[in-house]
Amino acid sequence: MAAHRPIATTRSATGIPTGRLAVWWVIASEIVIFGGVLGSYLMHRLGHPEWEHQSVHTNTWIGAFNTLVLLTSSLFAVLAHNAAELKNGKKAANFLMLTCLGALTFMVVKGFEWTHEIQSGFTMQSNMFWSFYYTAAGLHGLHVLAGAIIMLFIAADARKNQELQRVEAIGIYWHFVDIVWVFLFPLLYIAK
Amino acid sequence: MSDTSHPAPAGTAAVAEGHAHVDHTQAYVKIWATLVVLLIISVAGPFLGIRWVTLITAFGIAVVKAYMVAKHFMHIDLERKWILYLVATMLALMAVMVGGVSPDVMQHHGRNWTNVAAQEVVEKGLKEAPAEHGEHGAAPAHGEKP
Repeated sequence: MAAHRPIATTRSATGIPTGRLAVWWVIASEIVIFGGVLGSYLMHRLGHPEWEHQSVHTNTWIGAFNTLVLLTSSLFAVLAHNAAELKNGKKAANFLMLTCLGALTFMVVKGFEWTHEIQSGFTMQSNMFWSFYYTAAGLHGLHVLAGAIIMLFIAADARKNQELQRVEAIGIYWHFVDIVWVFLFPLLYIAK
Repeated sequence: MSDTSHPAPAGTAAVAEGHAHVDHTQAYVKIWATLVVLLIISVAGPFLGIRWVTLITAFGIAVVKAYMVAKHFMHIDLERKWILYLVATMLALMAVMVGGVSPDVMQHHGRNWTNVAAQEVVEKGLKEAPAEHGEHGAAPAHGEKP
């Protein structure tokens, strides 16, 4: 029997391509997950004035650099989307690879930052501020990692001009990950 | 689409209706440049040492940046309306959660209750606070307290 594509990848019962619709549902669930973490952090931060003596140790410049990296990677993601729309799969794949490079840069910087912080004695157990810090940034980092891995697969297909609609789907996810960091940055690095 | 400030989303009307897609690279780069300028302002804001300025430049600008990414990169306003309603519902649920538990979390005593453990943690934390602090032991950052 000849292999055939699952109908869900192409049908559009709601007026939105099913793949893109699925990404929006993922984002809806992610809003609750990250919203819960950030909301809890904010409430505790306001209720614990002693946290200011801990938050002062986060490095604003590293946070700002990583924000720049993610904003730039979002630009590459939307340019990949633009290229896919122009049916230029190779260009879309190249932009997706640049987005992945942004993800890699973000994770490497995070790695150095966390190493330094842990060596300085700021661990998850040292204070509730640091528990939130590592949980929120760690959860976000896992999303960056997952997005980059998925993007590699999509870029491989896009390079062959296949499944170009997926470029938009991963882009929407990536922009959401960027938005989460846009809020994490002031909460963890600026409000000292 | 002629409106360069708001490029059309891929995979939507343009392709579905067989219209030729226009290259929006320049418009996207302009939006990115605006986001970078906003980032610089959000980092510079705390250096003024004025609390309300920090709140606006940090959190106000974060909201603006998130709006710009959602609108211009995710094209959320060009999606079906119920996608917007779906996202708004999730944000509302988040607000309900925060609104519902914040009185218990942010305050450590009420009319008939006292959160002794939280009070002790605050007192202990304030007592243990070092006389000087900064980013990883460096100079104090921005010279401002929340």
